[in-house]
Amino acid sequence: MTTLSAGAVRRAARLPRSWLFGGVVAVWVLLWIPLHGQDTLALSTSELTSLHERLNDLRDAINNTRGSSPVFSAFFDVIREAVDALTVFLQSLISQPAYGRPVPLIGWLGVVVVATLAAYAAGNLRVAVLTAAGFTSFGLLGYWQQSMDTLALTVAAVLICLVIGIPLGIWAGLSDRLHRVLTPVLDFMQTMPTFVYLAPLTLFFLIGPASGVIATLIYAMPPVIRITAHGIRTVAFSSVEAGTSLGATKWQLLRTVRVPLAKRTIVLGVNQTVMCALSMVTIAALIDAPGLGQVVLRALQTLDVGTAFRAGLAIVIMAIVLDRVTTAARDRVEARYRLGPKARGRRRIVLAGLGVAAAVALYLSYTYVWAAFFPGPAGTGVVGGQVAAGVTDASDWVQLHLGAVTDAIRNAISYGLLNPLQALIAQSPWYLVSAVVLALAWIVAGPRIVPTVAVCLGLLVATGLWQEAMVTLAATLVATVIVMALGIAVGVWMGRSDRADALIRPTLDAAQVMPAFVYLVPFLGLFGASRFTAIVAAVVFAAPVAIKLVADGVRGVPATVVEAATSSGSSAWQVVTKVQLPLARQSVTLAANQGLIYVLSMVVVGGLVGAGALGYLVVAGFSQSDLYGKGLAAGVAVVLLGVLLDRTTQAAARRMDAGTRRGRDQ
Amino acid sequence: MPEPLISAERVPAATVQDGPPALAVSKLWKVFGPRADKIVGTPLAELPRPELLERTGCVAAVRDISFTVAPTEVFVVMGLSGSGKSTLVRCLTRLVEPTSGDVLIEGEDLRAADQRRLRELRRHRFAMVFQHFGLLPHRRVLDNVAYGLEIRGVAKAERLRRAGEVLDLVGLSGYADHFPDQLSGGMQQRVGLGRALAVDPRILFFDEPFSALDPLIRRDMQNEVLRLHHEVGKTMVFITHDLHEALRLGDRILIMRDGAAVQIGRPDEVVGAPADDYVRDFVADVPKSHVLTIRWVMRPVRADDPLDGPELGADVVVRDAVRAVLSSAAPVKVVHDGELVGMVDDEAILRVIVAEEP
Repeated sequence: MTTLSAGAVRRAARLPRSWLFGGVVAVWVLLWIPLHGQDTLALSTSELTSLHERLNDLRDAINNTRGSSPVFSAFFDVIREAVDALTVFLQSLISQPAYGRPVPLIGWLGVVVVATLAAYAAGNLRVAVLTAAGFTSFGLLGYWQQSMDTLALTVAAVLICLVIGIPLGIWAGLSDRLHRVLTPVLDFMQTMPTFVYLAPLTLFFLIGPASGVIATLIYAMPPVIRITAHGIRTVAFSSVEAGTSLGATKWQLLRTVRVPLAKRTIVLGVNQTVMCALSMVTIAALIDAPGLGQVVLRALQTLDVGTAFRAGLAIVIMAIVLDRVTTAARDRVEARYRLGPKARGRRRIVLAGLGVAAAVALYLSYTYVWAAFFPGPAGTGVVGGQVAAGVTDASDWVQLHLGAVTDAIRNAISYGLLNPLQALIAQSPWYLVSAVVLALAWIVAGPRIVPTVAVCLGLLVATGLWQEAMVTLAATLVATVIVMALGIAVGVWMGRSDRADALIRPTLDAAQVMPAFVYLVPFLGLFGASRFTAIVAAVVFAAPVAIKLVADGVRGVPATVVEAATSSGSSAWQVVTKVQLPLARQSVTLAANQGLIYVLSMVVVGGLVGAGALGYLVVAGFSQSDLYGKGLAAGVAVVLLGVLLDRTTQAAARRMDAGTRRGRDQ
Repeated sequence: MPEPLISAERVPAATVQDGPPALAVSKLWKVFGPRADKIVGTPLAELPRPELLERTGCVAAVRDISFTVAPTEVFVVMGLSGSGKSTLVRCLTRLVEPTSGDVLIEGEDLRAADQRRLRELRRHRFAMVFQHFGLLPHRRVLDNVAYGLEIRGVAKAERLRRAGEVLDLVGLSGYADHFPDQLSGGMQQRVGLGRALAVDPRILFFDEPFSALDPLIRRDMQNEVLRLHHEVGKTMVFITHDLHEALRLGDRILIMRDGAAVQIGRPDEVVGAPADDYVRDFVADVPKSHVLTIRWVMRPVRADDPLDGPELGADVVVRDAVRAVLSSAAPVKVVHDGELVGMVDDEAILRVIVAEEP
C-alpha cells in the first residue's frame, strides 16, 4: 500500500462511516445516470458462454468414464452403493414393495404403533400421542407411501450423520487442532445454499434416492458435529478436574464425566440434524429423491396450490412430530435419572404394553392387507381430496377478491424498492458495481476484506452470469432489509416484554422447523408465480432467525444497565436506542448475517415459482440437458454471492466488536 | 462467648520425625506463557510480575516456593486472589505441571512419576476438595461419593457400602439418593469432602473449599474439617484467602504474595512477628488476644519478682490466661518444659486485650 492512499484512508477514517457509505452510494447513482445499460454483461437464457459449454462437456466426459474409471468403481460407487443399500433396506421396510410382496414389510399399522412406542421411549406420553396422530394423518391425507419414503430417506441420512457426526464431534470437542481444522469446513458446508450442491453431486452419484441421501448428509451433518463438540467443550471444568484429581483415565473421564454432562447438548444436536435432514430430503426431490418433496415440486411447477398445500401439510406435520419427539428426548435426559422408583416402574409397564402392541401390530401389518395398505380412496385419501380442493378454492377466492390488496402490496414493494434497486445494481456497468461493492466492503468491514471481495467479484464475472447475479443480489438485499426491519421491531419488542416473548417465540420455533420448500406454497396461493412470491417466502423463512437473535441480544443486555438508564430518566425509546440496541449490536449484526444467508438460499429456491435469475437457471439446469453447465455456473455464482455477503458481514461484526473494545480501553 | 479462633481440640502435628515428611516441596516454580521453561534460573526470573509479563509475555504464578508438611499436620496456604495459591496446590498434584523444582510425596518424587504412576498416586495417596465442588450433576450423592472408588475399579456393592459410611462421617446420612442440585452449597461441599475421603487418601488438598459458602455455613464447615481431622488424622494442605480461616485451621501458615512465599510460621508467629509490612497489614485486624500465646507478652524474670503466683504454660493463648492473671495479686509465672521462662502481669495482659498490641 502506498503512503499516499494510506494517508487518504487515515483522513477518511475520521469521517463517520455512515457518511462515507452515503457518499459512495451518491456517487454511484450520479454515475449510473450517464452509464446505465452499458457493460451490464447481460446474457439471454438460452445463450451459453464457453465456460458453460465446457461444463457440459465435462459432464459428458464424466458420464462416459463412469463405467471404466477406477475413481468411480473404487470410491464414488462404493459410497453410493453403501448408502443405497441402507436406503433401499429402510424403504423396503416401510415404503416400497419388497421381497416379492406387493407391499413393504411393515404396513401402516405397524409403522404407527412402532413410531408411537419409539416416541414414548425417547420422550413422553404427550409426544407419543402426537406421533400416533401425526403418522395417521399422513394416511388420511392420502400420502402414506410418499411420507414413508421421505421418512425412510430422512432416517437413513440421520443414522449416517449420527454414526459419523457424534464421534467426530466428541473428538473435535477434545482436540483443539481438529476443532480448528473442522470449523471452517463446517462453516462453508452451512453457508452454502442447500440448492446449490445438488447438481455437482449428481455428476458423481447420479440421481435418485442414494444421491438424495448423500446431499442430505452434507447439509445435516454439520449441526450434530458442531453442537456435540460445543457440548463436550462446555462441560464444567471443575467436574473434569475433580475426575482427574481422583485419577480418572482419559477414557473414564469421557465416559463418566464429559459425555453424560454433554448429553443434553448432544441430543439438541441430534434434533437440529433431524430437522435439517427432513428439510433437505424434500429439496432433494430435484435430483429425483422420492417422497413428499416430489409431490410438492410437481405441484409447484404446475401451479397446483391445492396439491402443494396437501403435501406441504404432510411435511409440516412430519417436521412437527420429529421436532417435538427429539426435543422431548432432550428434556428426558435431565428427567430420566430423577424419576423415583415408582414412576420408573409405571414407565416400564407402559413400555412393555406398547412393546406387545407393537409386536401384534407388526404381525398384523405383515399379514393382513387392511393393516398394510392405509384404508381410504387411492390418490386422495380420506380427507386429502377435501383439503386440496378447499385450499384451491380459498386460493382462487383470495386471488379473485383480494387481488386488489395483494397486488397493492406487491406493487408497492416492487416499484418502491425492488425495481429501483434492481435497476441500479443490474443496469450499472459491471466495473462500476464492482468498484462500489469494494468501496462499501472496505468501509463497513475494513481493508482486510478487500482481497476476498475482489476475488468473489472476479469469479462472478467469470461465471458469465453477472447480470443474473446482480438481479438475485437486488432481490436478496430487498428481502434482507425487510427481514431486518421485522427482526429489530419484533426482536426489541420480544426482548423487552416477557409476555410478547412467551407469545411469539413458540410460533418462531415452529416456523424454524419447517423445510424451506414449504414456505413457497401459501405465498404461491396468495401472490401467484412471481419474483415477489419468492421474496415474501424468503422474508418469512429468514425472519424467525433474525427476530430470535435480536430478541436474545436485547435480553442479554444486563438488567442493571437498563435499570441505571431508566433511573436516570431515560424514556423507553431512549433506553432502546441508546442502551439496548447498541449493547446488542453484535447480535444485530449476526442477525443481519444470518438473515442474508437464509434469504439468499430461499431466493434461489424461489426459482421454482418464477423468481428468475440465478434460481431459475439452477432449476433449469436440473431439467434441461443443454443448460446443465449454465445451471452449475449459476450455482457457483450463488455460492460466490453467499461467500461475499457472509465474509463481509462477519468481518463488519468483528470490526464493530473490536472498535467497541478499543474505545473502552482508551 | 465467641468461639476461639484456634480450637483447643486441635491435634498437634507429629513432632517426632520418623520417616520422610508427608510432603516436601523445594524451589517450586510455575511459569505460564510462551517458552516458560526458559525463564527459571535466569535473571528474568527476578523481575517483578508486570515487568516479566512486559518483557517475555510470561506470568510467574508460583515463584521459588519451598516448604515441608509433617504427617497429620494441617498446613494452610494463604494469599489474596492472584497470589498463585491455587496454582501452587495444583502443582502439588500435577493438575498443573510445575515448571521446575521438586515435589516429594512421602519421599517419592512426584515429578518423576509417569502417567500411570501419577494416576495410581491420585487414586490412593491424595485427594482434593474444590472451590466449586466439581460434583457430577447426573449422579446421586451416593454415586458422587463413590466416584473415586469407581474410577479405581472397586466393585459396586463394596464401593456403595464404603460411600454410605463416608456419608455418615460427613453428616449426610439420609441424603444418599438426593441429587447435588437439591442440596445447599454447604451440603454440596460435604459431598465433595466425602468424595475425597472415600478413597481414604493420606493427604487431603483443599482448594478454597469454603469461599463460595456464606459465613455461618463456612464456620460450620471449618468445624467439620477440624472434627474430621481429629477423627481421621489426615495430613491436610488447605488453601484459603481468609486469614481467620487460616488462623483457625492451620498448624502452620504459608503466606503468598505475587507467587512467592512471604512468611511461613505458626499462627501466633504470623500475628506476633509479621515478616514484613504486607503481612503486618494483613493481620492488623486480628484480635491478638485470640491468637497470641502468653510467650509473646511475657517479660523476663526480674530479681525482685514475687514467685508465689500461679503458673501457666508458655503455649496458653492470652485470652485463656486473662482470668488467671487478673485474679492473681502476684504476676503469673510462665513455664516451659518445667523451667521458668518469664512473667506476665496485669499490664501486659491488658495491653494486648484493650490496646491490641503485644
